[in-house]
Amino acid sequence: MPSEATRPRDRPRAPLALELAVGAVLVFLHAPFAVILLYCFTTEDASFRFPPPGLTLDWFAVAWGREDVWAALGLSLRVAAAATVLALVLGTLAAAAVHRSRFFGREALSLLLVLPIALPGIVSGIALRSALGLLEVPFSPLTIVIGHTTFCVVVVYNNVLARLRRTARSQVEASMDLGAAGPETFRFVVLPHLATALLAGGMLAFALSFDEIIVTTFTSGQQETLPIWIFNQLTRPRQRPVTNVVAVFVVLATSLPVLLAHRLTREDAGR
Amino acid sequence: MSSLRSLSTFLHRRPRLALGLLLLPPVLWLGVVYLGSLGALLLQSFFHLDGFTGQVVRRLGLATYRDLLAPAHLDIARRTVAMAALVTLTAILLAFPLAYYAARYASPRARALLTLAVVMPLWSSYLVRVYFWKLILAREGILAWAFARLGLSGVLEGLLALPGIGGPSLSVSPIGTYLAFVYVWLPYMILPIQAALERIPPSLLEASADLGARPGATFRRVVLPLALPGVAAGSIFTFSLTLGDFVVPGALGDSSLYIGQAVLAYQGTAGNVPLAAAFTVIPMAVMALYLWGAKRLGAFDAL
Repeated sequence: MPSEATRPRDRPRAPLALELAVGAVLVFLHAPFAVILLYCFTTEDASFRFPPPGLTLDWFAVAWGREDVWAALGLSLRVAAAATVLALVLGTLAAAAVHRSRFFGREALSLLLVLPIALPGIVSGIALRSALGLLEVPFSPLTIVIGHTTFCVVVVYNNVLARLRRTARSQVEASMDLGAAGPETFRFVVLPHLATALLAGGMLAFALSFDEIIVTTFTSGQQETLPIWIFNQLTRPRQRPVTNVVAVFVVLATSLPVLLAHRLTREDAGR
Repeated sequence: MSSLRSLSTFLHRRPRLALGLLLLPPVLWLGVVYLGSLGALLLQSFFHLDGFTGQVVRRLGLATYRDLLAPAHLDIARRTVAMAALVTLTAILLAFPLAYYAARYASPRARALLTLAVVMPLWSSYLVRVYFWKLILAREGILAWAFARLGLSGVLEGLLALPGIGGPSLSVSPIGTYLAFVYVWLPYMILPIQAALERIPPSLLEASADLGARPGATFRRVVLPLALPGVAAGSIFTFSLTLGDFVVPGALGDSSLYIGQAVLAYQGTAGNVPLAAAFTVIPMAVMALYLWGAKRLGAFDAL
């Protein structure tokens, strides 16, 4: 991003056609949220009739009472929490190693970290499925966590590495010169500096895991995470508004951490 | 604390050992678990399914790849690659105006808001965003209603009657699949193009104007070539994501399969993991070619 000084002071005004095109794309990106919100209140439960024949608040209560929704949500939360913790540890270690020294295979490591999100999800999914099959490992929440951690590491790694690169080495040296040993320097200088980057990376990893379906489908067996639950609802005609309520909840639950993470990392992106 | 301190001193004197300890867990995880899995995938694709017993025969051979070349499978591959190309082209056309506006005309504040408006859908639930289109495109849904209100129901019927891309309703048709694909991957195209455009120094555009180029010529001969790496970077995402997806065609498609669905079906009910594994070689090969081309265009500098 260029700094503000390099931009012309009197910004040219955009042509009207361009402004209209931008508006249209923004509407395309965001209007569907409004539609689904409306459908949470419809009294019609077997089709997506528009306009809704009537409005009701009942579906929130019905969704609240559905055991299968709670079970799927619980599994998703547990998996996301475990994958986030693992990703935080692995991503931070990798970032620290890449940052502190040049070593043989450094480029290869960066490539390896990006690979799980660069390859189509289906490749990672079927690859893990093949390995589980060959080793005869039964499906369990743990197998889902293994898949999720693999692609979550890179978000933590990116966030922490960006922060480490902004850290002046002199701060660490100053701490050492003043007599602090490694653990103290880590505890009082490095960690506070990394805290928001870890928080942001962790939240993004959580959101990524909470939302994932492609890899999950291959590593879950019969278990239902929340995205798989929604996917299974798509083919069922009954009680559709329950799916709408859950969908709106999921959008809100994943948007909030992302908004927070965005605020926390704005300084990193700004430089 | 003192033992920790002595450990830290010990490691400080042996930077190689310290580095090794840092690297060990991530390298074990990604190098052994992940690369190992990719190896298992490759290995599986050389096994084959015994047609009589329905058991996977763990003996290396090319039988599964011979199956992969069946006309029905090649159709699936062709359909998926064509969809990926079409989705990518549409995403470029939709992304460019927004990215150009954000990079060139928006105030810093407006640019931050625009970026957030693009990033939010990217991170908020992918599955829910696919589900939106099930809802919007339904036969009795809001889009059909809008067409009827505008007196354009005939146009919609005509569109659905088109052989090959139509269907009983937009929510069960290749058109629906295409719309949902464009919708879910669009942010992946906007961000790299915007990044590439933001890197063009305004002085370059002024120089072009000073040398007598009209705005159109400046756009074609200065802006577009410099935006190309961003376009290539974005298209890596849209292409790769479309090639490996089974959710969108599963939710909005008709009975014609895409690669992702074929992989899912073969490893699931059919129990033919070798063929599923062999199928993923297609997206990997296509992406390898694509990445090679994109690298030559300098796409990786824009990521």
